[in-house]
Amino acid sequence: MIATNQTSVAVSFTDVSLALNGTELLKGINLTLTKGAFTAVLGPNGAGKSLFLRLCHGLLAPTGGKLTWGDEQVSPVQTMVFQKPVMLRRTALENIMYVLRNYPKAERAQRAQQALQWAGLEHLSERMATVLSGGQQQRLAVARAWALKPEILFLDEPTASLDPAACDHVEAHVKAMHESGVQILMSTHNLAQARRLADEVIYIQDGQVMAHQPVNEFFTQPGCEEAYEFIKREVAIV
Amino acid sequence: MTEPQSFTAALMLIFQWGGDLWEIIGLSLQVSLTAVLISTILGLPLGALLAVKRFRGHHAITITMNTAMSLPPVVVGLFVYLLVSRSGPLGVFGLLFTPTAMVIAQIVLITPIVVALSRQHLQLEWERIGEQLRSFNIGKLQALPTLFWETRAALTTVVLAGFGRAIAEIGAVMIVGGNIDHLTRVMTTAIALETSKGNLELAMALGVVLLVLSLLVNAAVHCLSQWSSRGAAK
Repeated sequence: MIATNQTSVAVSFTDVSLALNGTELLKGINLTLTKGAFTAVLGPNGAGKSLFLRLCHGLLAPTGGKLTWGDEQVSPVQTMVFQKPVMLRRTALENIMYVLRNYPKAERAQRAQQALQWAGLEHLSERMATVLSGGQQQRLAVARAWALKPEILFLDEPTASLDPAACDHVEAHVKAMHESGVQILMSTHNLAQARRLADEVIYIQDGQVMAHQPVNEFFTQPGCEEAYEFIKREVAIV
Repeated sequence: MTEPQSFTAALMLIFQWGGDLWEIIGLSLQVSLTAVLISTILGLPLGALLAVKRFRGHHAITITMNTAMSLPPVVVGLFVYLLVSRSGPLGVFGLLFTPTAMVIAQIVLITPIVVALSRQHLQLEWERIGEQLRSFNIGKLQALPTLFWETRAALTTVVLAGFGRAIAEIGAVMIVGGNIDHLTRVMTTAIALETSKGNLELAMALGVVLLVLSLLVNAAVHCLSQWSSRGAAK
């Protein structure tokens, strides 16, 4: 298990649980996410990975326990990219400008253009975002997140429905964001992707965090039998 | 006079600007547009509230609004009649047999349509974009202008549907307006009266205008949906 350093904690869970309609979907979560790390969240379908990300981001409130964002007085700038990119019915440029509404107008347009250039989408700036391909929309979603200059970025299976080329694009940009200092928490089914990108792994099954380990340790000596079986099964499928 | 002659006379009436015909059309538009405007101001915020927020009584209001979409106009007319008649709770205002009473009756008829249909459109859109907006730290209240803007084409269709219902309605305005000449006579009540009197020219002229208005509303709805889908595909 990863040793936690209280001075570098970004998100801390203390006996956190989440119940919806009387069903406990996440239970007894005790962990701290290492600040600045790239954390991959793994687990089978229905394990609770997406709920875990939504809890971390604050889209859902825990029904039990305590969740704190570091030791800072102000919660960090954070945003989320979903598996299916959500675009407003406006141009690509306007979609990015929309999230920069608190910036001065001139800076907003400039920053949005920079984000499009960063994602290699500047030629699509005047196209309606809703008609871009799935891969382009996901790149736009990542560019929109980049424009916000987040301290923490949550990604919920961002490449799950993309072809390999689009997947590579998104991965490259997510990696670039991490290298620029953004802490990343990403759920994925893709073990190779987790191994390529992540510093540490959280393994969730049946709503419980079963393992929280550095990535190499997770793949060589998984912290629990369930994780071992999961890796074995996924590798056998590949 | 034969039917073709009546129809020709009706067209002549339409193109001879002035007289009772245009007074009736003007009052019809004034009553229905006022009712639609007020119903929109009341209905859209309530539709949005039902779309984005769950609260005690949410289901009851939703079911009531859905049911009220098909309220029989004569029942609404009777209800408003009881409300504004001399012995009713609003009797002191002397509203019975005035255009104001007709506007009230149409508001009661149209508001549920605006609420129920706008809720459907806004809820679907909120399910699509709500979580993403919250992930940008945008609260529900702050998100409402975006939600309205994203569904603007659908909401315009809703308002036009309300106008279509109002302008073509007869039962309620007949009961609370009384079909008084130069005061509360609108197109639908005039058509009924003139037909019963055998004055087919005026009845047909009003019928043609009503049909043209209906056609224009439907054309506007169609163009809006075309424009909306073209905009999405640009």
